[in-house]
Amino acid sequence: MSLLAEVTGSLGSIGYGLAAIGPGIGVGIIFGQGVQAIARQPEAYGVIRQNMILGFALTEALALIGFVAPFVFGP
Amino acid sequence: MSGELTAVAAEGGCHLSVGDCGFPAPGSEIFFFDEVARWTILNTEISVTKPMILLWISAIVVIAVFVAAFRKAKVVPKGLQNVAEYGYLFVRDGIARDTIGKEGDRFVPLLFAFFFFIWMNNLMGIIPFAQFPVTSKFAIPVAFATIIYLAWVPLGIKRQGLGPFLKSMTMPPDVPKLMYVLLIPIEILSNFIVRPFTHSVRLFANMFAGHMLIATFSIAAWYLFPTDLISDPDALSFLGLLGSAASTVVTIALTGFEFGIQALQAYVFTLLAAVYLNDSVNAH
Repeated sequence: MSLLAEVTGSLGSIGYGLAAIGPGIGVGIIFGQGVQAIARQPEAYGVIRQNMILGFALTEALALIGFVAPFVFGP
Repeated sequence: MSGELTAVAAEGGCHLSVGDCGFPAPGSEIFFFDEVARWTILNTEISVTKPMILLWISAIVVIAVFVAAFRKAKVVPKGLQNVAEYGYLFVRDGIARDTIGKEGDRFVPLLFAFFFFIWMNNLMGIIPFAQFPVTSKFAIPVAFATIIYLAWVPLGIKRQGLGPFLKSMTMPPDVPKLMYVLLIPIEILSNFIVRPFTHSVRLFANMFAGHMLIATFSIAAWYLFPTDLISDPDALSFLGLLGSAASTVVTIALTGFEFGIQALQAYVFTLLAAVYLNDSVNAH
């Protein structure tokens, strides 16, 4: 079978780029909504900030797994 | 001067300008160290490496700081005791009480120890001469997450009983009965299997990625440095100097960024531990 298209070079960086799309959008939504929530209700700052950081950490983990996976599974 | 630098470049590996051998990008091998010593205890060979020593140092530092702060505790705190009390109140009010509620005080010692021990281990990544975040060795976050897992699962069974605990963990309320066919396997997977995994991977991957970034840019600063700038100045060596200076600035900036991330990840790990313990203490 002849190749129609081929990707060579550092596939890990392409994988990381793909893995970062979702978390990038997610982190943006989390902080955007968080800032909006704080602006609407400044007295709930403590709770909002805590949940914001929690959501950020949960989302960011996906991008980081994308970063680490090429090292773990080889080039 | 330039002869000396060229000699250094020749033995110190490769620069872009002298004996170019391609950019020596750091791989996962920078996380593996030669053993410093080897002990045999009870027929078990223990090989001592740098991360292990840093782990002990951070344990000793955390214990020493808080013993020094609270050994002669005064009613009106000052100096180190003030700082230590601020740290204690941060964990008690900001993490334990906010997340678990009024029963949170019982878990403060566990959360407090985890927060400061992990933070100190992370800080090892930017302390000069240590410069290796201990938590970027996967085994160590795994051990931490295992302790938390072995704390909240038996606690939930003890507090709520096996049946109600499993029910509260796997059957979210106010869902049509038929949905449970789909939901129970998902909830078991996400709460009992994936949860300890992501709990440890989050800390590990953050520290791994941060260390890797700092290593990449500091190697870039070294690699781009034009050793022939004085003996044979040309456009390439000036470009190299520019790149080297930029990489140095980025290395310093990333070190500052890492300082924030290290504290944040210690906080996130402790906060998630509190959230998991809350699932066991307060049935929802």
